[in-house]
Amino acid sequence: MKTRRAMFRSKGGVHPASRKRATNAMPVEFMPLSKVLFVSMVQHMGAPARPVVKKGDAVMRGQVLGEAGGYVSAPVHAPTSGKVIAISERPTQAGLPAACVEIEPDGEDRWDAARQPGPDWKTMEAKALVERIVAAGIVGMGGAGFPTHVKLSPPAGKTIDTLIINGAECEPYLTADQRLMVEAAQSIWTGVQIVRQILGARRLVMAIEDNKPDAIQAMSAAMEGTDAELVVLKTEYPQGAEKQLIYAVTGREVPSGGLPMAVGALVENVGTCAAIYDAIVEGRPLTERIVTVTGAMVRTPKNLRARIGTPLADLVAFCGGMVGLPGKIICGGPMMGLAQGSLEAAVTKTTSGVVLLPHQAVQQFSSMPCISCGRCVSACPMRLMPNTLGEMIEAEDNEGAEGLNVMDCIECGSCAYECPAHRPLVQHMRQAKAEITKQRLKKATAAKG
Amino acid sequence: MPFDIIDPTIIMGGVGLSCGILLGVAARFLTVTVNPRIEALTALLPGVNCGACGLPGCSEYARALIMHGAKVNLCKPGGPKTMRQIAVFLGVEPVTMERQVALVLCGGDDKTAIRKFCYNGIADCAAAALVGGGDKACGYGCLGLGSCARICPTEAIEITHARLAVIHPELCIGCGQCVKACPKKIIQLVPESRTIHVLCRSKDRGNVVKKNCSIGCIGCTLCTKAAGNAIKMEGALAVVDYTQPLENEEAITKCPQHTIIKRSGRKEVPA
Repeated sequence: MKTRRAMFRSKGGVHPASRKRATNAMPVEFMPLSKVLFVSMVQHMGAPARPVVKKGDAVMRGQVLGEAGGYVSAPVHAPTSGKVIAISERPTQAGLPAACVEIEPDGEDRWDAARQPGPDWKTMEAKALVERIVAAGIVGMGGAGFPTHVKLSPPAGKTIDTLIINGAECEPYLTADQRLMVEAAQSIWTGVQIVRQILGARRLVMAIEDNKPDAIQAMSAAMEGTDAELVVLKTEYPQGAEKQLIYAVTGREVPSGGLPMAVGALVENVGTCAAIYDAIVEGRPLTERIVTVTGAMVRTPKNLRARIGTPLADLVAFCGGMVGLPGKIICGGPMMGLAQGSLEAAVTKTTSGVVLLPHQAVQQFSSMPCISCGRCVSACPMRLMPNTLGEMIEAEDNEGAEGLNVMDCIECGSCAYECPAHRPLVQHMRQAKAEITKQRLKKATAAKG
Repeated sequence: MPFDIIDPTIIMGGVGLSCGILLGVAARFLTVTVNPRIEALTALLPGVNCGACGLPGCSEYARALIMHGAKVNLCKPGGPKTMRQIAVFLGVEPVTMERQVALVLCGGDDKTAIRKFCYNGIADCAAAALVGGGDKACGYGCLGLGSCARICPTEAIEITHARLAVIHPELCIGCGQCVKACPKKIIQLVPESRTIHVLCRSKDRGNVVKKNCSIGCIGCTLCTKAAGNAIKMEGALAVVDYTQPLENEEAITKCPQHTIIKRSGRKEVPA
């Protein structure tokens, strides 16, 4: 194994206070089962899962509750044994209603009898391994929730020579990946080797930011004696973003509108690798994940191993409750997470954290006209011009924005973080991207029919 | 020295003269013949260039009427009056047509409907709707940020102090631009003479509606009994069928939620 610093430094980026100290040394605790688990059918990017259970059904842990709604989709499994008490419409973390299977746990937490550890993964074919990953409902656990099997099945003719394991965790406050690396380095490493076997990648890189020395130590111990590299990245946001990470590690730049496979690279999150280990070696589908519950308004911030479907309110209650009314509740990190109107939503496969910020930390700004200082341009890791884009979109010139590559925006929020005029730049980008996607879809359907 | 003026005068005069000759020649050989009937018909149209007919403007509609035999009843701002004038001009049979006005099918303002979080982003409904469907607890409610009001060519839409879009029928020309602009799809064009409306588009069940809004339709079906077949149930929502006559005001008094209202319609101006 070789340890080195990252050779390239991606453009832009910002340096928000990391605020990880509250939880980065806290061992992961098991979150007790809630009274009712709300398992949403929208846990991933792509088509929602279709519920296959009925009200009143008895389910076992790991039993399929919802089957994949298409190729870019993933099945959803019962997080514990119990009874299906309702199939309802509930708002997701994004605030939009989606089908949800409500499970009342019976407290016995029995695994589905059909579950069985597979044969030795070293002897399995790539196709069989991917099939097991599909069946286990594994999606990217870094936050976006892209179904993993889609990434692991590159079209014929595309070779992926570099596999990058993302342990950057550049979002402030979150420590879920860090704790996982410290406590379960060996399972992550086995998962990584499974992914490598599937892809046949020549080069294997583990990338961790330099503010996590304990994780670097744990992972290098697990990787000892292999040909993999461990790259220590400079702490910077958004260092853990797919395209920025590929550049920092390999110096290859993903072309505009392209996927990482265009430059022969693939990025998997450490949490995803641990889930792959569970699915292939232990035969357990994805039913739980590590969630960091933190922020100044939580009495005792913790890292929790929580079942999918645990209501956020229960997580906060287990951490001693709130010390006062929070100014903002965010699912995920404060830079890219989803602000919540209440604690009604439940944990999904992509919930890396719940951050409760005090009122003082959440200033309500009113946006002012652009002063053309160019700080957003320096901050943008995608080399876009958020200043011009923001003004164009404000003037409803979506075509102009498309010409300036607004579709390449990764919505990391660096521009809005830097903007001294407090312009809602990310919201402008998202609005334009949504509108352009709609127009493209319309054009595509018109061309078809 | 006074003779210095001669050269420039000759040059400028020459340039002017040659340009004049060029223009004269161009006017003679490159003339665009305008159909005088199109011009005359354009003059009959309201001239707001709203695009409601599906064409880029009034003169294009006039051209389509004369050259391509477009339907005579497409001009919504003009209404029946313009339709009859067009029909007379073209010498075709007038068709039946009633003027349409836009109506916001939501009555839930800040006094009656609950907001689920404090929205502090771009003051535009389409942008707000991307943030968890907007800050209204009801997923079908008016967000009150005025995307419709900004696009309205006649400033017929008012955003009240309690943040609800209200359309003034006397100013509305029925062009339908607000219908397209509303991300919540709660603006509808209704016949102008109609006065009784159900101001709700919530497909939620009664108990959910009651939690979110004090004047939303809870699907009790009392109005359908009072109004005959002019009000129909679509799931848990009462919907006025504007093709059926509805004069009976009993539905308004029967509605326990006060969702059904009477709004003064404008009588049609005789041609």
